[in-house]
Amino acid sequence: MAAAEGARGTRWQFTSMELVAGLVLTGTMTLAVLFSPILFPDGGESMDLTARLIPPFQSSAHLLGTDPLGRDVLARVVVGGKISLMVGVLSVIGAVILGTLVGLIAGYYRGIAEILLMRFADIQLALPFILIAIMFLAILGTGIDKVIFFMIVAQWVQYARLVRGSVLALRDREFILSARAIGVGNVRIIAQHILPNVLGPIVILMTLNVANNILLESSLTFFGLGVDPLIPSWGGMLADGRTYLQSAWWVSVFPGLAIMFTVLGLNLLGDWLRDSLDPTGQTGQ
Amino acid sequence: MAGFILKRLLQAIFVVLVVTLIVAFAIRLSGDPAIMLTGAGSITEQDLQNIRNALGLNRPFLVQYLGFLHGIVVGDFGRSFMGGTPVSALIAKALPATLLLAFTSLIASILLSVPLGILAAVNRGRWPDQLVRILSLVGLSFPNFWLAIMLVLFFSIQLGVLPPSGMEGPASFVMPALTMAIILTATNVRLVRTAMLETLSQQYIMVARSKGLKDWVVLYKHALRNSAIPLVTYIGLQFGGLIGSIVIVERVFNWPGMGTLAFDAISGRDYPVLQGTITVLALFIVLINLLVDIAYGLIDPRIRTE
Repeated sequence: MAAAEGARGTRWQFTSMELVAGLVLTGTMTLAVLFSPILFPDGGESMDLTARLIPPFQSSAHLLGTDPLGRDVLARVVVGGKISLMVGVLSVIGAVILGTLVGLIAGYYRGIAEILLMRFADIQLALPFILIAIMFLAILGTGIDKVIFFMIVAQWVQYARLVRGSVLALRDREFILSARAIGVGNVRIIAQHILPNVLGPIVILMTLNVANNILLESSLTFFGLGVDPLIPSWGGMLADGRTYLQSAWWVSVFPGLAIMFTVLGLNLLGDWLRDSLDPTGQTGQ
Repeated sequence: MAGFILKRLLQAIFVVLVVTLIVAFAIRLSGDPAIMLTGAGSITEQDLQNIRNALGLNRPFLVQYLGFLHGIVVGDFGRSFMGGTPVSALIAKALPATLLLAFTSLIASILLSVPLGILAAVNRGRWPDQLVRILSLVGLSFPNFWLAIMLVLFFSIQLGVLPPSGMEGPASFVMPALTMAIILTATNVRLVRTAMLETLSQQYIMVARSKGLKDWVVLYKHALRNSAIPLVTYIGLQFGGLIGSIVIVERVFNWPGMGTLAFDAISGRDYPVLQGTITVLALFIVLINLLVDIAYGLIDPRIRTE
């Protein structure tokens, strides 16, 4: 691709400050979510109708205020992060496994598998995926499992193409040929010699896709097409908060900031990984 | 060249067939339209059969699909479950609103991202470059519907200067177009910067400089023009993503376009309307991609042999 050529020369150079910022943002969010059962044992569910719509920074018990049912906004933001991170991570893991397998087979064994994959990938990349996902979710009903499923279906091709490209570049290199010459089996060549060499670009793509999928999940949930509205999630909180935008801005502001900080952290990490793992620019801009 | 166009055209037709097949299949999964049309209740099995026959639902899937394709060609997408308005009439009303928003925001984004991208490229590695980079990263990091809500909070609720929804008068354009423009600019500014840096390193730029031309003449007359080809291509190829975002932003601002039509159809389980809107939007995306591809092939002969 033309975009990849000379990417190194035009790329933004990474500074260590951005790595620190990325780590701090992503790390804080992940830790808060992991420890949320200890920090907020009620799961952000306990209502207090005597403490409804408290503005932020006014009550030490409710640092970020409360929503119209008297639930603590901070607790719900932290607990809600669980859904976002889970969807982001699980969908990417699914897409990586599927895409890597297909890409390895297509690139290493070539033949009909490769032809089919490339044709399929061309078509899929031309499809308006958000529209199709919206339609299917509207018809089949929503749920976290379906959201993850559609993300896997939408993204596995990216990994398959990436892995196939790397395998093609590697398969006739001398260290692979010599491994084969001394009788190493195909599976072992793939696992020991090829996979480690494609790991870098895969990790970069994964980081950026987790960020992407967190955004996508929050959008779908916001429109009632994603996660069950009864489960605390960032998209769901924003949908609730919109009704009270006039009287309680904080219900809409903080879940959005949580999304922004998490995704920004992941994007910064993805940029840093690309700078350090992919100097030739296989993963594009 | 003719071979190249023909190849791209066949590819586009194939993509259209796949998209329409998926849409037709999805609608098929939705259950029995005859029951949805009448609502559960005092309807007899005979009535249901009559409706199914009238709608052609008893025909095999392939026949129905061919009928659907034929409908697309002649512009007939059936009738809405709500009130029986032809779907094509609803789309004819909604599509201009969406395209208007799409082009306004695209132009606004170009007006923002070209100077910013040039600023970053010229000051490469210095603070303006870093600032543009951080702004672009932040712009890529929030959901577009949230940006829309924040704008409503600020301009409509705090300041009270812009209408929070609808399409009435020029003021109602500002927030939907601004939301889309900010999102597009976050991506476009990177493309402008990269394209400019690549152009600026070419020899003819050095020649232009050494001739003693002024900096801005070199930048805007020589460099920007030569960066335009890759830029137009990338911006054209973004069209799919642009439509995906616009559908969402429209919904937040209650903008009477295709997105609002589609989401209303979803909440009303109005499947013919949903099917029609998704199909038309998908066709549009395929068409724009095709045009961009062909235009690029015409301008740059190297592409044709790829």
